[in-house]
Amino acid sequence: MKILVCIKQVPDMESKFKVNAENNWFDENDLAYRINEYDEYAIEQAVQLKEQLSDVDITVLSVGPNRVKEALKKALAMGCDRAVHIEDEESYIKDSSQIASLIVDFSKDKEFDIIFTGMQSQDRGSAQVGVIISELLNIACVSTIADFEYDNKVIVKRELEGGLKSIIKVDTPVVLTCQLGLNTPRYPTLPNIMKAKKKELISIDSLTLSCTNSLSETLSFYYPEKSGACLILEGDTSELADKLITILKEKTSVL
Amino acid sequence: MKLLLVGEYRENKLLDVTYDLIGFADKLESEKVMVAIGYESDVPKFDGKLYLADANELGEYNPAAHKQLVLDVIEKENPDLIVFIHSSFGWDLAPRVASSLKAIQFTEVIDYKDGSFIVPSCNSKLRRELESKTLKTVITIQAGAFTPLCDSVGVPEIENISVSTTSDVNFVGYEKAEEKGLDLTKAEIIVTAGRGVSKKDNIPIIQALADKFGGELGASRPVADNEWVDQSHQVGTTGQTVSPKLYVACGVSGAIQHLAGMKKSEFIVAINTDKDAPISEVADILVVADVLQFVPILTNKLS
Repeated sequence: MKILVCIKQVPDMESKFKVNAENNWFDENDLAYRINEYDEYAIEQAVQLKEQLSDVDITVLSVGPNRVKEALKKALAMGCDRAVHIEDEESYIKDSSQIASLIVDFSKDKEFDIIFTGMQSQDRGSAQVGVIISELLNIACVSTIADFEYDNKVIVKRELEGGLKSIIKVDTPVVLTCQLGLNTPRYPTLPNIMKAKKKELISIDSLTLSCTNSLSETLSFYYPEKSGACLILEGDTSELADKLITILKEKTSVL
Repeated sequence: MKLLLVGEYRENKLLDVTYDLIGFADKLESEKVMVAIGYESDVPKFDGKLYLADANELGEYNPAAHKQLVLDVIEKENPDLIVFIHSSFGWDLAPRVASSLKAIQFTEVIDYKDGSFIVPSCNSKLRRELESKTLKTVITIQAGAFTPLCDSVGVPEIENISVSTTSDVNFVGYEKAEEKGLDLTKAEIIVTAGRGVSKKDNIPIIQALADKFGGELGASRPVADNEWVDQSHQVGTTGQTVSPKLYVACGVSGAIQHLAGMKKSEFIVAINTDKDAPISEVADILVVADVLQFVPILTNKLS
């Protein structure tokens, strides 16, 4: 079975973001990057399937600038077999459909049985790339999976609202987009990090792939205005605790 | 601008969130045309047109059939903007429709101003303002962002539609959440552990504060997913919706799904090192401090 896992590298969401000079995304400098959280579940599910079945081959792919190689190396250390880096310095400004078109151009003749990806990225949050890939490849897609089983057929649970899940059976080939909590992503062990160094990491210039046209324009990127209703307390931790207790006594009936 | 709203039904019922679409149309002062796969006995109240496919025939959500129905109505109505709710239904179906139309999709729209769409970015800390370059535009709107100002009234003119069902997935059934072992909705005080507590070993620090207040321990999604705290303590759209007298969010960044589950609390205290964390949008007080340092001191001083 051939599996493709599509991942994105994103900044740590706790970062202090600065708006870039073009006013259309954040300034990439001085940010700590990591694998998009949703995509870690996608990698883990692929690796678990490889452990369950004997003949599974996992390709992990990422679109982005040079830094995304670090994310790919981690995915290799988690158990993927090879990595594909679609080099693109301008991926941050591409629409979801453009990113999907690059991935589809790479994968269209590879006959992947399952394509795993996160249900959305933490920075962009479009929740579109996986679904569009399935549309362009004309194969089935189940989004937001919270449970996965394979028994000659894919059996997944989709997370809906209010704790409800729908149980879906689907044949391969299929695209599955992964929700948080699907599994417990592993930490790469030192021996596996060493082994990963020997694995193949292929780089492809995105300009050599066919990409669709941009469908949108980012007019601005900004911090929202604070509503002002929130009182911000800063300073010495011990004094902060006293201040908070005073306020709770004044404003609430709980103390 | 001409809109097509895509309503939602599940398990024989109209979903209330459908009225957010009405709220969106009201904001744009647009005519209301809706398409839904549902039941004539339970249609949304509004003045306008409803293209209704019979859910008795089509069953529960089936991406291929629902996509075709929406595309059929787009063909008839030629709308400029196709509007879904940002829900498990909307975020699954919208990209399929947009892809077929070769149209742009904007996800989780929270505002519309002079032809451009505002969406959250980076865990809702930042905003992007976007403009469509395609003839038609598909959007999903954030649940709660366009709630109608008053109860919607009216009776839509219904046109029945149908589609020959094809499906590439097999819907087996629903699985309901297990009975909650814990009812957080009755708690007067909830102290919630978020990702900022860093690891399971630190949960007792948060539990101690909850105990000191005589309250219950809550958990954000990552804390429940990582099994630091049992899922029955989870607050948010996938967990419980609460409105205690005091809600203390310890190291909770404030994802929209979490805010939806606790923003009606009477008084909200957030403890977070990040001043820009979206939890500050709903908090009365934000204490800028490391949870692991601050909470033990607070617990101690509360004696």
